[in-house]
Amino acid sequence: MKRFKYMLPLVGFLIIAGYFAVGLTLDSKTLPSVLINQPVPEFMLAALKGSDRGFSSADLKGQVSIVNIFGSWCYACLIEHPILMRVKEQNLVPIYGIDWNEKTPDDGPAWLKKWGNPYTLVGADPKSVAAIAFGVSGAPETFFIDKKGMIRYKQIGAITIELWKRTLYPLIQELRKQ
Amino acid sequence: MIKLLLALLLSLALFPALAVEPSEMLDDPVLEARARVISKQLRCVVCQNQSIDESNADLARDMRVLVRNRLLAGESNQQVLDYMVSRYGDFVLLNPPFKMSTYALWFGPGVIVALGIFAVAAFFRTKSDSGQAADGPPILVALNHEEQQRLDKIMENDQA
Repeated sequence: MKRFKYMLPLVGFLIIAGYFAVGLTLDSKTLPSVLINQPVPEFMLAALKGSDRGFSSADLKGQVSIVNIFGSWCYACLIEHPILMRVKEQNLVPIYGIDWNEKTPDDGPAWLKKWGNPYTLVGADPKSVAAIAFGVSGAPETFFIDKKGMIRYKQIGAITIELWKRTLYPLIQELRKQ
Repeated sequence: MIKLLLALLLSLALFPALAVEPSEMLDDPVLEARARVISKQLRCVVCQNQSIDESNADLARDMRVLVRNRLLAGESNQQVLDYMVSRYGDFVLLNPPFKMSTYALWFGPGVIVALGIFAVAAFFRTKSDSGQAADGPPILVALNHEEQQRLDKIMENDQA
């Protein structure tokens, strides 16, 4: 009992240190998604200005696909943009774009014209209806959808080459086999 | 001076309401009041420690509009909250719900207080049993009969 008492400060320290170790390394911006293994929410997005077709959840059925939330205001979207372009050039998987929260209807089309359009179809979401349905809290966020239209993975933040090669593309190949 | 102070207080009191813009508000005051009640319970997922009612982030504004549109479509307060939880998880609620995964959150503080009371009680019990703390310096207690006699004797000698 006596020895145990001398241990108390150490035990207390370890408990507090444990909390700090977890708490300080946890990224408070990445929220767990409740949507994993849930069906893609129903949505219908209007076409971008100058384009004749938006897209809806029905377009995602029957194939493995990616849904990428982006905006011309979003700096990290530009960082992952070259990777999305390469995915399109190599025809690895269809990417669907949700152009989210633009200040004016011209911003999204201008951005895509300037940097290139990696998307099979793009829809405009100025009022965050689709973004909220996908539980989005920032851009870019990328959802990986299986053939049955279920969300199987959510990538928060920019896609990097390493992430694509090690995690994301193997995941797509895995989803295709199912 | 008092006028200035009052003006300052008044301007501070106005701040929480500023996020809701007049253009967002519903014409029906009952629905608008319900929207405010719901908005105060929903976390702004961008700013995290504000409700969407207080936050002027774009996403918070869009969530406020969505709440109002759902109310206009005839949903109950609980249905609106349930929709938000189905999209963002319990995290979106500023008041964590009472369920299995949050028991530690709700009971934790009570358990810690109970442990503290138990520890303090145990500490004082060992003290009164032996007349001194288990491993601390001697504690002063009332003199027993023998000691009192000795003291009286010393005092007498001193006076003499």
